[in-house]
Order: sequence, then C-alpha cells, then structure tokens
Amino acid sequence: MSRTDGSRFGKLREIARPDRVFDFMVPAQSPVDVRHGPILYLEDVSVSFDGFRAINGLNLTVDDGELRCIIGPNGAGKTTMMDIITGKTRPDSGQVWFGSRHNLLTLDEPQIANLGIGRKFQKPTVFEALDVTENLELAMAGDRRIWKTLLARLDREGQARIDEVLETIGLTEERYRLAGVLSHGQKQWLEIGMLLMQRPRLLLVDEPVAGMTEPEMHRTAELLTRLAGQQSVVVVEHDMGFVRSIARQVSVLHQGSVLAEGTMDQVASDPRVIEVYLGGDEEAA
Amino acid sequence: MTIQAVPQERDRSRQAFLSRSTLVTTFALIVGMLAVLILNALPASSALHVSGATVALLGKYFTYMLLALAVDLIWGYLGILSLGHGAFFALGGYAMGLYLNAQTSPLPGWQSIMTYFPVAALAILLAPGLLALAFGWLAFRSRVTGVYFSIITQALTFALMLAFNRNEMGMGGSTGLTRFYELLGFSLASENMTVALFVASGMAVLLAFWLCRAITVSRLGRVSVATRDAEARVRFIGYRVDHVKLALFVVSAMIAGVAGALYVPQVGIINPSTFAPLFSIEVVVWVALGGRATLYGALLGALVVNYLKTVLTGAMPDAWLFILGGLFVLVTMLLPRGIAGVISAWRGTRFGRRTGERKEVSA
Amino acid sequence: MSFTTGWKGPAPRRRLTIPMLLCLLMACGLGIGSEASAASGESQVQASKGEPQAQAKGEPRALLGALDTGSFQAKGDAAQAIAESGAEQKTRWLQALLDGRLGKERRGDRFYIVTDDSGREWPIIDAITFEDAGTGTRRTVDIFKINNELRTRIEGLLASLSLSAGNEASRLSAAQRLVGEVTADNADRVRGMRDDEESDAVRGQLDVALALYDLQQGDAEALDALRGNLDTRVRNALTPIAAGDSALAAEAQSVLDGIESKRAWYDRAQTLFFGLSAGSILVLAAIGLAITFGVMGVINMAHGELIMIGAYTTWLIQQALPGQPGLALALAIPGGFLVAGGFGVVIERTVIRFLKGRPLETLLATFGLSLVLQQLVRTVFSPLNRRVTSPEWLQGAWQINEALSLTLNRLGVLLFCLAVFAALWALMRYTRLGLEVRAVTQNRAMARAMGVRATRVDMLTFGLGAGVAGLAGVALSQLTNVGPNLGQGYIVDSFLVVVFGGVGNLWGTLVAGMSLGVINQVLQPWVGAVLAKIIVLVGVILFIQKRPQGIFAPKGRTS
Repeated sequence: MSRTDGSRFGKLREIARPDRVFDFMVPAQSPVDVRHGPILYLEDVSVSFDGFRAINGLNLTVDDGELRCIIGPNGAGKTTMMDIITGKTRPDSGQVWFGSRHNLLTLDEPQIANLGIGRKFQKPTVFEALDVTENLELAMAGDRRIWKTLLARLDREGQARIDEVLETIGLTEERYRLAGVLSHGQKQWLEIGMLLMQRPRLLLVDEPVAGMTEPEMHRTAELLTRLAGQQSVVVVEHDMGFVRSIARQVSVLHQGSVLAEGTMDQVASDPRVIEVYLGGDEEAA
Repeated sequence: MTIQAVPQERDRSRQAFLSRSTLVTTFALIVGMLAVLILNALPASSALHVSGATVALLGKYFTYMLLALAVDLIWGYLGILSLGHGAFFALGGYAMGLYLNAQTSPLPGWQSIMTYFPVAALAILLAPGLLALAFGWLAFRSRVTGVYFSIITQALTFALMLAFNRNEMGMGGSTGLTRFYELLGFSLASENMTVALFVASGMAVLLAFWLCRAITVSRLGRVSVATRDAEARVRFIGYRVDHVKLALFVVSAMIAGVAGALYVPQVGIINPSTFAPLFSIEVVVWVALGGRATLYGALLGALVVNYLKTVLTGAMPDAWLFILGGLFVLVTMLLPRGIAGVISAWRGTRFGRRTGERKEVSA
Repeated sequence: MSFTTGWKGPAPRRRLTIPMLLCLLMACGLGIGSEASAASGESQVQASKGEPQAQAKGEPRALLGALDTGSFQAKGDAAQAIAESGAEQKTRWLQALLDGRLGKERRGDRFYIVTDDSGREWPIIDAITFEDAGTGTRRTVDIFKINNELRTRIEGLLASLSLSAGNEASRLSAAQRLVGEVTADNADRVRGMRDDEESDAVRGQLDVALALYDLQQGDAEALDALRGNLDTRVRNALTPIAAGDSALAAEAQSVLDGIESKRAWYDRAQTLFFGLSAGSILVLAAIGLAITFGVMGVINMAHGELIMIGAYTTWLIQQALPGQPGLALALAIPGGFLVAGGFGVVIERTVIRFLKGRPLETLLATFGLSLVLQQLVRTVFSPLNRRVTSPEWLQGAWQINEALSLTLNRLGVLLFCLAVFAALWALMRYTRLGLEVRAVTQNRAMARAMGVRATRVDMLTFGLGAGVAGLAGVALSQLTNVGPNLGQGYIVDSFLVVVFGGVGNLWGTLVAGMSLGVINQVLQPWVGAVLAKIIVLVGVILFIQKRPQGIFAPKGRTS
C-alpha cells in the first residue's frame, strides 16, 4: 500500500501506516526454530495445587514431525501438562520451550496459540451459536488483531481451505448447520477441523476418540497418522487400542512424571507400567 | 425441538449486513421519525397533531434506545452483563451539561475548555470511552467475568454516584447540572430545537444501529459470540479475548455516552441519580424484554418499557415498581429470548425456512 | 474544670447551665417588690461575718445565715464553715447552694431549699428540718447567688465531704471530681484523707488530684504521678505548664507527650472497635450471600431485602410486646431467621430453581424480586422509617477509661456476629447438611452422583443464607431505623465482601468484612466518609486484579 519515500515525511508516513503496528507491538510470530533439536522441550517441570504435586519433575521432548502418545492413569497429570504447554497454568518451576527460540513460560494462551500450538479439549468445545463454516473460519490462521478481524472477509483461498477441511472431517453436508445441533462425534470432528484450520506446528489432542464409534475411531487414527510428519502431534488417550493403532512412541505418565518411554510394546512389557495399571486398561490392547 | 432439513445456505440474518431485520428496523425508524415530524407539523387544532411535549418525550425514548443498544452490544453478543452502563450515559450527559452551562456563564478552571463544542463533543466520546478503557483493561486482563464483572460494574457506578454527589467535584453536587438555555447558539426552549433534538437522537439511533450491526456481522462479531459461549476455546485458537472485550466495551461505552449527551438537553437536567445502580439495571431489563443479541430487540424493549413507565407512573405510581420487578422475573423465566425471540419463533426462521409465509417484523 | 462527670449528691441532681444561671440571677434581681409570706419563728442570730468559726457547733441557723452576704469571698468562707461544722444537713446544703436552690425567706428568717425550680411556683422545703414548706416564688425566696470561683470551691468542699463518708463508689466518684479542684483551702484535708483512705483506686485518684495541685505549686516530683494519665483535666492542666521553657516545663512536656501517645493508642483502639463493629454488620450481611453464591453460584440481589425483612420482623415483634424490648429482641432472633429463611425458601422454589445454570438471569430475576419486596413493604408498612427500641442492656456505653468507651449496641452486634459466624461454621463443619453443602460447593455433579440430593441442599442452603440475612436485619435494627430501603445500601458492600473474601469461603468472608470495615473507618477521618467509601470500592476492584478468587483462593486445576 504505502511505501517509504526519501522525503522528511517518509518516516512519518511510515509510522502512521494504517496497516502496521509498531514493531514492539507485533506479537512474537517468528517461525519456530527446530534446527537444533526438538519442537517441544519440557525440563524438570513441577506444579502443585494446595500441596498436591500434580506435575513432579516432568521431562519430555517431542521431535519435529513426531506423533507421540501420552498415556497414564487418572490423576497422572496429563491434562495439567497440556495446560502448562498452552499457557493456562504456570508451573512452579522448570522450563518449557517451543523449538529453541520460544520460552512458553513467558507467553499467554493467545500468543502460544499464534506461535502454532493447537489444542483440542477433552470435552468437545465448539461455538454452538455459530454454524460449522463459521467455526472453521474463526479458527483459520490469520491476523488476529481487532481491526483486522473487524474488516476480515473470507477470500477465495480461505473458502477453498474451509472446503478442504470440511471434506477431511466429513462435515460438508452439515456446513451450514449450527454447531450446537451436531452430534457428539460430529463436534469432536469439528474441533479437530478447527485445529487443522489453525495449521499448527504442534497439535495437542486430549482424548480425541471419546464417544466415537469404531469407524469414526479408525478415521481419526488415519487422520492423526497422516498429520504426523508435516506437524507434530501429542495425543493423550485412555483407549489403549486406539493408542496401539497410531503410536510409534509412547510416554507413560504417573504421578506427575514420566514413568516409561518407548514403543507401545516396550512400554506394555515394562513391569512398572503394568504395576501402575494393574493390568486394568491393558485388556483393551 | 425438531430438526428440519439441513440448511443449504448461510443464515443471512447473522452474517449479512443487509438482512431483513436491518432493513425492517431502518425502515421503521425512518418512517416513525417522518410520521412524528409530519404529525407535529399539523396545525395544533388537528386531532392528529403531536405536541412538542410528545416529541420531546419520544426524543428521550430515542436516547434510551441508544443506551439499550449499547448494552445489547456487549451483553447480547459478548456475554458481558454490565450493571453500570448508566455511568457512561451519565458521563456523556455531564460532558454535555458542562458545555450547555458554559454557554451562559463561564466555567471555572479546567472546565472552561468545555465552552467549545468540538471539545465538548470529544469529551462526550472520550470521557466514557477512557473510563471504559481503564476499567475494562483492568477487569478483562485479569479475567473478571460473569457475575463478578456485573457486580464490580455496579460498584463502579455506585462509586461514581457518591463522587458526583460531592460538591468538591465541581459538578453541582447532588443537584447536578441544570439551567441549560442554549445549544450551538439556538435556544433550547424553542419548538424547533425540540424537533431538531428529536431528529438528531433518531439519527443517532439509526447510525448506532448500523454500526452495531456492522460489528456483529463481521468476523469480529463472530469472535465475540464465540467468546460469549466458549471463552477459553477462543483463547486457544489465538484470539486475544481481553482485547476483543475491551474494544467492544469501549465502543459500547461511547454509544452510551452519546445517548447521555443527547438526553441532557432534552430533559434539561443531569444529576448523580443517573449513576444510581437502579437505572443501569433497568436498562438491562429493557434489553432482556426486547430480546438479547438481536439489536432490534433492544430498541423495541427500551421503547416498550419506557412507554409503559410513562403511562403507569402517571396512572398508578405505586404499581410501577411491582410491574418493573415483575417484568424482571417474568421475562427471565418465561421469555428468555424476549420479544424478539417470540417474533422469531413465530416466523419459524431459526432452522430452515419456509418460503411460503414471510411476515414483516414490526419494529 | 468540668461538670460532666457523674454527679451523685444527696440533693436532686441536675446540671447547672449558664442560661439557667442567668435566669436565676435575673429572678433574684427582679424580685424586689415582695409579698408577705407565712412568717415563721423569730430571727435569732445574725451570724457575725468576721468569725464564722464562732458558731462551729450545731447552730444551723447561724451557719446558713452566714451565707446571706453580698461578698462571694465571705460566702465561700461561710460554705467552708458549713463543711467543717458537724451539721448533719451540710452536704445537702452545699449541694443546694451549688445548684442555686438554697435561699432565705425574704421577709423572715427561714431558710428554704427549692426542690423544683422549673415553674413559676416552686415547691420548697425547710432547709433545716427538710419539712414541706409549701410553695415559694422568686419574690418570696431570696436565692443565694454564687459565681464560678465560688462554685469551684463548693465543689471541692463537697468532694472532700463525700470522701470522708459513704461507700467506695461514692468516694471514688468524689475523688474523681477532685481532680483539678484541689486548692489551697482543701489541700491539707485531701492529703489527710488520702493517707486514711483504704481503697487503692480512690487513693490513686487522690494522688492524681494532689499531684496536679502540687505541680501547680511548682513541684516537679508530682509529675511522676501524672505520667500516662488519660484524664482530659490532667492534660488541660499540663498544657500551660509545658508551655514555658523551664526544666519543669520540659519535664511536663515529656509527660504530656507520653499522655498524647497513649491517647493516640486508645484512639486507634477506638477506631478499630468502630471498624470491627461496622465490619461485623458487613459480615452478617455478606455471609448469607457467600453461602448461597458459593453453593449455588447464584447472586441473590434480593439479599438486601431479606435483611430488611429481618429488621421488620424485629419491629413487628416489638410492636406486639410493648414495653419489653429485651424479650422482643430475644424472640426476634429466631423470628427474623425463620421469616427471612421462609421467604428465601419460597424464592428458591418459585424462581431460582427454574434458572439453574444461568447466573446472570438469576441475578436479574432476584433483582426484580427485590423491587417487588421493597414496594410491598412500602405499601404494607408505609414508606416511613420505623424505630426499634433497644433493650436497656444494649443502651449506653462501656467506659473502659477516659479515652476509650465502647457503645454497647455496637459491641452487642460484634458479639452477635461472632456468635452467628461460630454457629454457621459449626453447622458447616459438623452436621450432615454442612457436609452436603460443602460437597455440592466443590463438585455438584460428583456430589449428586454420591447420592446427595442437590435440589434439597439448594433449597436448604438458600433458606439458610436468607435466614442469616434475617439475622443481619435483627442486628441492624438495633443500630439504625428500619425502612424499606434498609437493605439496599448493603447490597453492593456485601458483594464486595464476598468477592474480596473469596466465594463460598466463610473465613474469607469474616476476614474480608472485618478488614473492609476497619479500612473504611481508618480512612474516614482523613478523607471523609464518601471518599473513604470510594477508595475502598476502587481498592477492591484493584484487588480483584491481583487475586480474582479472593483472599483465600482455592488453588487447583480448573477444567
């Protein structure tokens, strides 16, 4: 739109450019630097609530493009770990890095989301008063600032992207339905679709197949496996069958720290893991 | 609830600026204004003549409608229930009051800058806007939501009421500001001025309605609805919820300020009772009765309740509080979507549409 | 020199005020043209003015006659003679003289004491026999006039008289009266009495009185006895002495400083008390709200009106039991609780139940109810304020020392608040209902799954909260008038307390209410009541920034 010219007003015009904010106000959106190692790096993270140590010296690294499953009994700290990564909860101690450049502990939820970390909640949360297309439109990667949002129009490219995601999540038929009237499984899919619209570098998925039928589960597994490679995916799941069907690398969380790590078979034969689960969930496998 | 066939097109009422409700409301406002002007121009002997007093009353209703619009913008679309919007209304009113006072006698100290209309006009927007900015920044940043927010807005307007009651504020203490004679060089007492203020208020309502409509059909409007329903989700998608709330809150406060500024010359007085929590919460019931998140519902509700109030406080003053209180209870329990909800249920437009029976909304 | 200390003489007690004195003077001056009244026995002795001592024993007529002189100095001597005489009636005479009620028959020699000088015709009694002597007017009775100097002297005499007689209480009050009244006339007498005195308290008071006298005579030693004394009279007496630049003045100044700092300390204690009593009202008003908000997540805007209902219940019970405010109050405590609680249950059953999970709508609906209730009371009981009389044991003040006195009704409210708090705490801690309430507060869904009937808990909780509001109304009725707008003023404040203290947290509510009350009270003298209130409001708003969950925020994963 406007360019700098050599005149003395050039600078002024540069400052007054309506399509820009000052540099210090630009959110830190520099690309994630994964040249030197993992995309997600948690070191010695601890947090306690009223004396209860929900996370206790947790160490976890997720490599770029990896699909990682996190399993663990109730109260192992899985959801709290997600809360910490997405900025909802601040740990008492420890370090959390996204790539080698972004210290997540200094950022809040929107900043972290804009860096490229997407999250799917345990309970599907979609915007019920909006229709499916609108839900996807809101999640679409783009400039999130107020003025931009006010003036934003859905362009051809965006529309194409929405159509593509609608196709992926199988909701093309329902595109103009209000999200509130969708079935539980459809809401799960819609939420996954919203994650896709965000084009995150790292997806955190909390129990994606809860309440899904068997075929839906297969589709989800297929989708998540397909995503890995381009994006890093961390899946928290109870359903051992589902985990076994997608996981290459599994971490077992117990009492706030990693108990075991490895492939599903390695983990499943680990005596400590068996003890923790008491064989309880294993029959699903 | 039966689910009709899957809709094949977007719901225009929510997404397009020029939807049916926009057109009908605009039409109704303009026709209503013109009708009043024509009837007012009739000779006084005519049976259809509308007196100057009635025009002034209708002008006052317009300012109330404007205020209701401001409340609906943040309550209906953002889920923020402000029980202190009367404060912004009153601040706008005081800014106008100072300007009007300055026309007859010079004001002391810093207030003397209010002599100039552009300064006053700026103050009408900035005083409520800046207060909303400061207050909202504090509140939204620390994620004060729901009833907490409602209560501290009430505390805010209560504190301002106490402050403006003090004579040291230089705002006339408990008497407030009165003795207004001239606006922009024209006498306030003349009938022409009454009509001019009526038209100005009506135009303000129309413009504010369009502005709110434009905001709510934009992507920002959809973000705000999303915030209303699932705030945490919006944050994890990457929108700064506090900024969205702040922006709409400030816009809403400014609309309320303009409403107050138009109210003052028509009523002839502004005093601290406008800051009273009761007034602010009354505004909420206008919106609740009219129907939230529809904009035209807010306009309708303000008109209906205030007309009722005018009629009833005259006829049976004791009964008014019973009726107002009853309205609060009945509307929230029986009409959660207000009159607008009744209209839309009647038209059956929520899911799917039958092209056969399209009826005009009377707004 | 003050007259305001409790004054227990044998004659009818009353305070002499300047206007009254002027009236008496005028009356005496005007009463020239006199009429003959019933003449009494012959005048026997005209006391020889020079030597009052001569009639030392038993001649009442002579003693009184010596007062009949124009010279105040001579009158003073005559009064002293009376005090030192053995006449049985001397205390009463001196008291009557002090009150301006002792007089002589204008045409005759009898002496009278006026028992009531309010009307034109005064009932009089014979000053010597105390027999009824009919009535007199200012024309027939010549009242002995006194001036201020003489009054001081008579007071000193009276005080030392009552010191030598009577029980400990009357001796103590006499000793208190002597502070600042010791003069050269009675100093030695007082000193003698001090040595004979058995009671430590009386002796301490006398020491102060004597020390003050000695100090005025320039005795620096005497200062020690005055250190830390809170009596205003001591302070007033010390101030001029400290003004000089002698060593004594410096010493006096240091004593004065000590007194000032002690007074300041007690002032702070007084402020704290007022703050706590204001805070206890806030706690009472807020605690019911904290319970309902904590358990049900609803804001009850009609809470203030439930307080009002409690207050009106108190008033009604008092109307039904005229003349027995104590009993009425005792009945009003359960009464207010039950009536307001009943209203609460009805509100819960008819309105709030249907607005589950919609807190903002509940807020609006209950606000509507508050309008209806207010108007209802206005229609039924008239919009006028009603006065509730406090029982006697709640009137007056508990004077701890010169600088610190606690108003009994405020003290009562403070104790009542603590009692209610303790009862609620015990209820929550030890009863089945309390357990269920806490369970529902923490996790409604889980509690239901465990078999807690959440709807019943809701109803009872709401009734409980409303009942406590009623109790707040009962307490409030002892402090202010009862009117339809009574509760309205407390609603915003109570919410601030709830928010400040943390939702559903009893201890938080207590601490928050008390601290808001104290902060408000501390700020008031600096900035005035209105600004103090504004500062507190803004302060709480800012506080929520830092700790949105209140003082005692529960930490935890919020999912």
